[in-house]
Amino acid sequence: MEGLVSLFVKAIFIENLALSFFLGMCTFLAVSKKVETALGLGISVVVVQAITIPVNNLLYNTLLNEGALAWAGLPEVDLRFLALISFIGVIAAIVQILEMVLDKYVPSLYNALGIFLPLITVNCAIMGGSLFMMERDYNFAEASVYGVSSGLGWALAITAMAGVREKLKYSDVPDGLQGLGITFITAGLMAMGFMAFSGVKL
Amino acid sequence: MALKDKSMLIDPLVDNNPITLQVLGICSALAVTSSLKVALVMAIAVTLVTAFSNFFISLIRNQIPSSVRIIIQMVIIASLVILVDQVLKAYFFEISKTLAVFVGLIITNCIVMGRAEAYAMKNPPIPSFLDGIGNGLGYGLILMLVGTIRELFGSGSLFGVQILETVNNGGWYVPNGMLLLPPSSFFVIGLLIWAFRTWKPAQVEKRDFKIMESEGSH
Repeated sequence: MEGLVSLFVKAIFIENLALSFFLGMCTFLAVSKKVETALGLGISVVVVQAITIPVNNLLYNTLLNEGALAWAGLPEVDLRFLALISFIGVIAAIVQILEMVLDKYVPSLYNALGIFLPLITVNCAIMGGSLFMMERDYNFAEASVYGVSSGLGWALAITAMAGVREKLKYSDVPDGLQGLGITFITAGLMAMGFMAFSGVKL
Repeated sequence: MALKDKSMLIDPLVDNNPITLQVLGICSALAVTSSLKVALVMAIAVTLVTAFSNFFISLIRNQIPSSVRIIIQMVIIASLVILVDQVLKAYFFEISKTLAVFVGLIITNCIVMGRAEAYAMKNPPIPSFLDGIGNGLGYGLILMLVGTIRELFGSGSLFGVQILETVNNGGWYVPNGMLLLPPSSFFVIGLLIWAFRTWKPAQVEKRDFKIMESEGSH
């Protein structure tokens, strides 16, 4: 239990997907102009992350991992090379299902998240989360916790970034740095801020 | 080579660079640039994947129903990335360990998807292939630039060969450790963008707000 709590805190702050592994940077830079939209995207990432990582974990441990097919009488089969393609398939399918379910039952949320949901399929934070889960050999409980917390960490980072950028647009930035340039430098400063957490021992 | 083909290869290097202008494929540009060797392998991998995924997607572009095109593109890209991953694991095991999850993340690298969607779906295979190579090279160029700056000033070496003799080894150069830390890549790319846009003023973005001249200032 204690391990799970520390994993939770670690995934949000110390190993923040956006600011220490630079995952989901494309969307991070493109959709962080307004706090509202950033928050919407952040929430959808948390939801998708919380579902896909445990599902991928099940898939990996029951079908793909070395010796995982022992229950089917094939203990020597190692399908780990198929992990990439099956993960991305699962992510695309879940995003699609989520979109349809939300459209049917929670239209208000669907309208709020609408345009971001399909974008999430190609967000490297989602794929990265699943790959980290595989690399670190998380069990199902750890994978579930990691899914929620890594999503939260990403949402926190993009919302904070949007807050900074909303203020930033009133400032006098040199011409060449305008827009993308200054956004990079801001993100760099934020990443340095988040590095302060790396001294925290859990 | 026809003039058009040439410009398709050269354009994405500076004038329409995927990283500094199209804002595509930034994740890996930041994460794998602390040493030049790793950056080079990554650049080659991305160029190959982009070129071949463009080629294959363009070959079957008229057969793909538009409602499921994203999934089909994904499957093609993912298969290519699996190939790259297996080759790296077999022949460059050390580097593949350093790159870790970032090889897998080529699948979601927006350059590959972006070019497939924006170019390969509308153009014949050969130009698509060249477009893929061009964009891969543009990405590689930035990766190598950032890698050079970070490795040279961060540890005083290039490709692992000592260029600036560091203090620890009895030389004169005090390495700037910050450049080996992840946040520095943000600064380096930010400054590179500044340099690119000073060189090509047409790329400067418009301001959202005009700063008013304060009264009495001359």
